[in-house]
Amino acid sequence: TMKRLVNFSTSHSSVDSKEMKKFQLLAHKWWDEEGEYSALHSMNDIRVPFIRDALLNMSRNYHLGNPLSGVKILDVGCGGGLLSEPLARLGASVTGIDPLEDNIRTADQHKSFDPVLDKRIQYKSCSLEEIVEESMETFDVIVASEVVEHVADLEMFINSCSQVLKPEGSLFVTTINKTQLSYVLGIVVAEKIIGIVPEGTHEWEKFVPPEELERLLESNGFSVKTVNGMLYNPFSGSWSWMESTSINYAMHAVKSGAQEQSSPTGALSEMESEKHSATAGTAV
Amino acid sequence: VVVSGGGMVGSAMAAVLGHDIHFHDKKIALLEAGPRKEYDRMPDNFSNRVSSISPGSATLLSRFGAWDHVCSLRLKPFRRMQVWDACSEAMIVFEKDDLDDMGYIVENDVIMSALTKQLDAVADRVEVFYGSRAVGYTWPLPSHSCDTSPWVQIELADGHRLQTKLLIGADGHNSVVRKEAEIKNIEHQYDQSAVVATLHLSEATDNNVAWQRFLPTGPIALLPLSDTVSSLVWSTSHEHALELLTMDEESFVDSINSAFWSNANHSDFIDTAGAMFRSAISLLKPSGSAVRQLPPSIARVDPESRAMFPLGMGHATEYVQHRVALIGDAAHRVHPLAGQGVNLGFGDISCLAHHLSAAAFNGSDLGSLKHLLKFETERQRHNVSLITAIDMLKRLYSTKLAPLVLLRTWGLQATNALPPVKVRI
Repeated sequence: TMKRLVNFSTSHSSVDSKEMKKFQLLAHKWWDEEGEYSALHSMNDIRVPFIRDALLNMSRNYHLGNPLSGVKILDVGCGGGLLSEPLARLGASVTGIDPLEDNIRTADQHKSFDPVLDKRIQYKSCSLEEIVEESMETFDVIVASEVVEHVADLEMFINSCSQVLKPEGSLFVTTINKTQLSYVLGIVVAEKIIGIVPEGTHEWEKFVPPEELERLLESNGFSVKTVNGMLYNPFSGSWSWMESTSINYAMHAVKSGAQEQSSPTGALSEMESEKHSATAGTAV
Repeated sequence: VVVSGGGMVGSAMAAVLGHDIHFHDKKIALLEAGPRKEYDRMPDNFSNRVSSISPGSATLLSRFGAWDHVCSLRLKPFRRMQVWDACSEAMIVFEKDDLDDMGYIVENDVIMSALTKQLDAVADRVEVFYGSRAVGYTWPLPSHSCDTSPWVQIELADGHRLQTKLLIGADGHNSVVRKEAEIKNIEHQYDQSAVVATLHLSEATDNNVAWQRFLPTGPIALLPLSDTVSSLVWSTSHEHALELLTMDEESFVDSINSAFWSNANHSDFIDTAGAMFRSAISLLKPSGSAVRQLPPSIARVDPESRAMFPLGMGHATEYVQHRVALIGDAAHRVHPLAGQGVNLGFGDISCLAHHLSAAAFNGSDLGSLKHLLKFETERQRHNVSLITAIDMLKRLYSTKLAPLVLLRTWGLQATNALPPVKVRI
């Protein structure tokens, strides 16, 4: 199975095969809340409300008992389904994709125990590019959480996102900034010293600064709405929002509607100055 | 979610969740061994099991519409509470400055009826299994990489099988859920039983004061139910309790009146020391002592209304485990002397419902320890000091020994004179 996936990655995919090897070993550890993935479990405490509230703010009618009902979400790089499940519990129909079969297997098995989740979530082992053709403009929301720092070709990835997203659909990204601070805290401390992230998970070279992500998004037909810095407290094991995006950050972008063209550079600088004064964002 | 135990606390928990907007598409089951209790009108006779409901608990009940039903059935608000010692003149009076209601005396059946009505209102979300009994629990294994279901399996006596993400144990101080989950319980049986009865006063009065006198054998309390009827809660030794139950009605009434009025336990020494202390206080704080009122005298007791039950104290070392939470008497059991038992349970409900509601709105797995531990920490912090205080009070007042009597006399007088301390209580 590994050989087959390598073939795909050389030509039409943003999946990086070296990255996949790293996750293979930990495929069955996903659902241990106190285990290797505990930081991702607790990240749900801020990323789920972030997504939920951003969508509620944009929608006209919703029911607080089922806030994401009727929303179709694509969870790219879903891993063991840690984020897919809470989103589905809030009412969304979630399609979770991950190039690693073992991850999908774990995710499938975990959701099978809950009849509600079983119906609302579909998992597929594939890359984003593989589903582009059959899913053009299908999804209301794409979630790429802790994924873009593992991707081989970021621009291709963003382009594929744009293709499967409906016009005015939302893209949510959480990832790690490329700064000295993120190197020290995100790799040295997190991986080597405290060990809250399995060693070798991240490569600093592949970290994406928010400015670059914004640039790529804006030039691919997205309009960035919110950027928020995130901070992990290793002692309490919990995440919180912070002003600075120098370590981790979350971004919400919206694909432009069918009538608008992708924005030329004139409008870009106008939006950029707007952004810098509004980094507080909607997240609570 | 499955709530095991359909008493006041269990039913209220199910009702609160059933009315929570974030639980709109979730299913809740309530397991109760007894039959359904609902009244459109209360019988003329008052029931002998009553509870003192604090304003905080009343607020919780009104959040989902149950308090309205209670008000339309019957309840008695009280404005004042007078507590005094049998061995001295020391007394402490609680009342709110603005003459608001301090609390309400409500028959347990009334509360149950109100809760049942509100459970009916959300019958599409809450299913109540009356006459049910759980015979087996299968707990999930902590590791998540296995093939068995990660949920709690419950087998009922009639063969029904339920599975749930969260089991809430509200099944009383002998909680089966707690035992099966192997949660250790610190418990202690008091040498006391409580005698309850429904009493008729000699003459009609406003009856908005709750009375409690600490006798050496235990506290005797008179809780108002109406202008002419009050409820008795007399905690005393097992032997005396049995005597009280078996003696004829006239003697019973005499014992009660004598318990409230007699000064037989006073000693001159204590009286003098107490009087001295009181004058000292009035020098420092002229308004420090309130008016002493006289409790009403009892004319007769409702036949068949006398009953007794043993008393004890208990506290579970843990309130939560993966997919399990304990509330009410299952988590903590106290002496009735402070009238706090069910209010602690309602406090548990408020806290747990708050955390579960937030968790549901975050799409979290309801049985996850993360938010359950937050509930446990909050409640243990609140409960432990109160439970300990009640236990200490019980022990302090169970003696005639002069030094301790003096201590508590002065303590009570001092507390009576100190508004900040009283407000905290």
